[in-house]
Amino acid sequence: MTIKESQDRIIEDFAAFEEWTDKYEYIIQSGEDLPPMDPQYKTDDNLIRGCQSRVWLHADFKDGLLHFTADSDAQITKGLVSLVTTVLSGQSPADIADAELFFIDAIGLRSHLSPTRANGLLAMLKQIKMYALGYKVQQAQKN
Amino acid sequence: MKVVETMVQIPLDLEKIRLDFPILHTTVNGKPLVYFDNGATTQKPLAVTRAIETYYNTYNSNVHRGVHTLSQKATIAYEESRTTVAGFINAKPEELIFTKGTTDAINLLAYTFGKQFIKEGDEIIISAMEHHSNIVPWQLCCEDRKAVLKVVPINDKGELEMGEYEKMLSDKTKLVAITYVSNTLGTVNPVKDIIALAHARNIPVMLDAAQAVQHIAIDVKELDVDFMAFSGHKLYGPTGIGALYGKESWLEQLPPYQGGGDMIKTVSFDKTVYADPPLRFEAGTPNIAGAIGMAAGVKYLIGIGLDKIATTERVLTEYALEQLSSIDGLRLIGTAEHRGPTFSFIIGNSHPTDVGELLDMQGIAVRTGHHCTQPLMDLFCIPGTARASLSFYNTPEEIDRLVDGIHKAMKLLKK
Ligand SMILES: Cc1ncc(COP(=O)(O)O)c(C=O)c1O
Repeated sequence: MTIKESQDRIIEDFAAFEEWTDKYEYIIQSGEDLPPMDPQYKTDDNLIRGCQSRVWLHADFKDGLLHFTADSDAQITKGLVSLVTTVLSGQSPADIADAELFFIDAIGLRSHLSPTRANGLLAMLKQIKMYALGYKVQQAQKN
Repeated sequence: MKVVETMVQIPLDLEKIRLDFPILHTTVNGKPLVYFDNGATTQKPLAVTRAIETYYNTYNSNVHRGVHTLSQKATIAYEESRTTVAGFINAKPEELIFTKGTTDAINLLAYTFGKQFIKEGDEIIISAMEHHSNIVPWQLCCEDRKAVLKVVPINDKGELEMGEYEKMLSDKTKLVAITYVSNTLGTVNPVKDIIALAHARNIPVMLDAAQAVQHIAIDVKELDVDFMAFSGHKLYGPTGIGALYGKESWLEQLPPYQGGGDMIKTVSFDKTVYADPPLRFEAGTPNIAGAIGMAAGVKYLIGIGLDKIATTERVLTEYALEQLSSIDGLRLIGTAEHRGPTFSFIIGNSHPTDVGELLDMQGIAVRTGHHCTQPLMDLFCIPGTARASLSFYNTPEEIDRLVDGIHKAMKLLKK
């Protein structure tokens, strides 16, 4: 699935929800479905400090694709982190670097990306983009 | 206790009072707003916004510097505001310095008092429950003067260890700076005892009254407190204004804080003579509209009756305590015997931001995080709390909505 396709799929899932609680149930469940992060990666180096909640992010580059594992100490943030990694994991650095993440806005959670929320999600997205750009440049130099 | 039984104990007509606060009739996320973040800032009654509007629309002018009619009118209004706010705490107008707020007031004192009175090896006493505003200025002061900051510990309930405090007082102690009411725990500290013990050794005391003036009628003369800081915006007034009270005998001894216009008697390149307090500490054009708004807020509270406000808030506190305590899995952080209407809590091992967001979705505004009291959070080994802080304009029904909201959040978070 492309980055766009998996975002569209999430948006479709959300379109069926009538109550705000359904949305949050889905997000929180996504967080619970996130495969546990290998403790060896839950280091301070991988810690993205949001103001209130914390996010850990680890990137693996294999066979030309980037894979992300992540965790958060807040359930809603963790759910969003899970959705983001589902959308972006297993894609090429170039695609990730160029991707526009429109689904967060579309499912009505744009406020989570506001700098004042400071929940680590925005910082995590920036970090993901940085990884992607780094590998993209590295690959370009190799070719 | 039921809502009805609680309502009959409230001496105020809350429905009528709430009409004075237009924002209380708005909706958030499609639900009627429940505003429980009064500790961060209170809402403003129409009396305040109208006073500010009238000032700007009909007599806006600079103060202390013109013979023209408007300037005189503005000067009179500004100085009358000082008298009103001073009178509110039973101080003389000369003893009340207008500042930007509590933070500004404490910085003013830390700088000027430090410069005048603190020497190497001296000690300043604060407590473990202070807001960063009453920690960092003293750390700066101690760094600058090579002095030592001492911290009075608290017990599990969030009460000061008075025995430890007493032991800490010594000939080296030059100032005690302690909060009257904790913004995180709701604890009301035994300030009379704190002051008496310090005065027995001739040590002055500053109270951070940011969370006290809006709940407790304060008489600085009766308390015999030496300095006191508070903010307008937590007292139903506008942001950007607050006050530092200081006994006349102390203020006279303090050097200026900032230089500029208004704070001088005469200026020459050889020698500048500073104005007497309080103007010595108010350099530059002051926040005129802010002072007028703050005084309007104070007058509004006096009009309602401070005793009735206190009774209402006591009833709300008891009801909230009872209701919150009945929630299985909710842990109150701060269970002091003497407390105000501020409740910090955590739910199971949930992150406070999750709880805060799920309450916000239900129209309930609480604050989450460390509440600018990080050392206190470390003490309780928690990343933060959700905090509901009430005002006399809140109702028992709103407390019920909070409790329902917490249950709903717990269900979603599977706690
Ligand atoms: C106990 C206490 N002290 C100081 C402050 C700082 O007040 P301000 O931000 O208005 O200067 C606050 C409010 O945040 C407070 O609750």
